[in-house]
Amino acid sequence: MQFNKQVQELKVTGYTRLNPRHFVLELLAPEKLPVILPGQFAQVLVEGSPSTFLRRPFSIHTVDYSRNTIRLLIQIKGEGTRHLARLKEGDSLNVMYPLGNSFSIPTTKEVLLVGGGCGVAPLLFLSQFLHQQQIRPSIVVGFRTREEVSEIEEYSRYGDVFVTTDDGTEGEKGLVVDHSIFQKERLPFAKIYCCGPDAMMKTVARLARMHRIDCEVSLENTMACGFGVCLCCITPTDKGNERVCVEGPVFNINRLKWQ
Amino acid sequence: MADLSVNISGLTFKNPVTTASGTFGYGDEFTDFIDIGRLGGIFVKAVTGRNRDGNAYPRMAETASGMLNSVGLQNKGVDHFCREIYPKIKDFNTQVIVNVSGSTVEEYVEVAERINELENIPGIELNISCPNVKLGGMAFGTVPSMATEVTREVRNVYKKVLMVKLSPNVTSITDLAKAVVDGGADVVTLINTLLGMAIDVERRRPVLSTITGGLSGPAIKPVALRMVWQVHKAVNVPIIGLGGIMNATDAIEFLLAGASAIQVGTANFIDPQISVKIVDGIDAYLNKHKINKVTDLIGALRTE
Ligand SMILES: Cc1cc2nc3c(=O)[nH]c(=O)nc-3n(C[C@H](O)[C@H](O)[C@H](O)COP(=O)(O)OP(=O)(O)OC[C@H]3O[C@@H](n4cnc5c(N)ncnc54)[C@H](O)[C@@H]3O)c2cc1C
Ligand SMILES: Cc1cc2nc3c(=O)[nH]c(=O)nc-3n(C[C@H](O)[C@H](O)[C@H](O)COP(=O)(O)O)c2cc1C
Ligand code: FES
Repeated sequence: MQFNKQVQELKVTGYTRLNPRHFVLELLAPEKLPVILPGQFAQVLVEGSPSTFLRRPFSIHTVDYSRNTIRLLIQIKGEGTRHLARLKEGDSLNVMYPLGNSFSIPTTKEVLLVGGGCGVAPLLFLSQFLHQQQIRPSIVVGFRTREEVSEIEEYSRYGDVFVTTDDGTEGEKGLVVDHSIFQKERLPFAKIYCCGPDAMMKTVARLARMHRIDCEVSLENTMACGFGVCLCCITPTDKGNERVCVEGPVFNINRLKWQ
Repeated sequence: MADLSVNISGLTFKNPVTTASGTFGYGDEFTDFIDIGRLGGIFVKAVTGRNRDGNAYPRMAETASGMLNSVGLQNKGVDHFCREIYPKIKDFNTQVIVNVSGSTVEEYVEVAERINELENIPGIELNISCPNVKLGGMAFGTVPSMATEVTREVRNVYKKVLMVKLSPNVTSITDLAKAVVDGGADVVTLINTLLGMAIDVERRRPVLSTITGGLSGPAIKPVALRMVWQVHKAVNVPIIGLGGIMNATDAIEFLLAGASAIQVGTANFIDPQISVKIVDGIDAYLNKHKINKVTDLIGALRTE
């Protein structure tokens, strides 16, 4: 097994349209997969347009070492993701991976995963990984509406899943952080892993502090390189400006300069 | 196999391909991807007198065929460089040049003096695109007299190869090139980033925290090439050319326009192996055209 970062041509071996805004790509590596940890991401080259000059970062959604494949869960945002949505089985994609740090291995079994929007992407891999450590986490995932609720069966294999939708068409109505699980006086968790929009992660961080629960969040940031050389993706931490693509994307909330 | 070596002010580079400051870190992030020993040289990230945190987020905006950055010379200062970084990079099997920046003439001089003591650093590259805090923030590199002064003061203390990197944000690049040669520059590097900006119309706000930032990438290549050509005709020192080089063909264009060596910048972000591919590409071009040595390409543009 290799620990190094790679730049490889991966082959699209699966394409699943979850709903109009989200799809999952399954990508086959030409060689044995490197060791990939939950929370790490890939930088994908989108060829064929001057406005997609830089690579696009995506979290690793799942890893299958036996089939030598990884999957990415992608939300359509702009030109680059629109182009990726048009890929077909058999196409190839230039990918740099695995990048960044990873979620830490918990020292407790009381684990909660919180994800919203495309922020759920790294949580499936994380729950698979926790499953291997004999940990069955609680997983709260938020979606806009019923149509976007997806992959619940997959999460359910590894944890107890709770759903929210903004419009209440499935699960509890409201944002992820409005879920009744958070309204209890004492939250039965010793570790929270969270990924999603900034505002949501900040709310989860506040709740975690209030309940004295250790919490890690996976940040997004504008990235040019993704492997630590351009210093474009910094976030202020207790050690000064650190790179989200190397020292992150996963940070313990105690290290971030969040109010 | 053609002879790829070039001589730049007495320094031998095994080939004309080097990497641009701020786009290659201190080299260590690239060892997963390439053998750094295959490059002619590397220009490491800017070093200033003291620690700088750089600018606030967001620092980057992608634009058509390029990107804007406002990193703001984030680095831990010259002490940290000499103590922590130098020991890790001093034995790279390539020429390691340090990019020197400052906000006052004194700061440039101080950093240059310290780097002068480092045995395995054969040269420095002065980044004069920085604002001069004593003169109201006007960049050293935009006023010829200021460019001459900072070059001369550094020349007085720096004994090895002195390169000066020019800013393209000027009306006459040749005036600036002449100004730094007058100040004692052995080599000129050009170009640094072009000042630009990007706007988010939904929020009606600038994309960058600093409003304006430096444009790099293929979008600036035609401007860079033109400036290299003009400077090649105007001064008699070797030129290191850069700006938007993405492949060997781009690199050869710079050599033909008069550059003795080239730097690969933003392209490293997209393909960290590109610099080595460019070395191979130049070699293939020379073989195809039955040219024995790469130096035969330098300034060989046919204009009649
Ligand atoms: C570490 C990391 C992991 C990520 N993981 C995933 C993932 O698993 N699934 C997923 O769908 N998306 C993920 N993203 C976000 C994804 O990279 C962007 O949505 C994508 O780059 C947009 O590309 P585009 O060309 O479609 O849109 P563009 O046209 O480039 O941009 C469309 C809009 O998205 C914004 N945007 C672009 N890049 C980013 C970014 N990096 N962060 C925040 N906003 C951005 C732009 O400002 C613009 O408003 C991740 C980002 C990071 C930094
Ligand atoms: C993220 C980033 C950081 C940079 N930092 C420096 C620097 O510290 N010192 C310097 O002289 N130039 C710096 N530059 C400018 C580059 O070295 C180069 O001159 C410029 O990007 C044009 O070349 P390119 O189009 O090949 O990137 C930086 C450029 C980028 C994109
Ligand atoms: S994206 Fe370049 S340092 Fe993080």
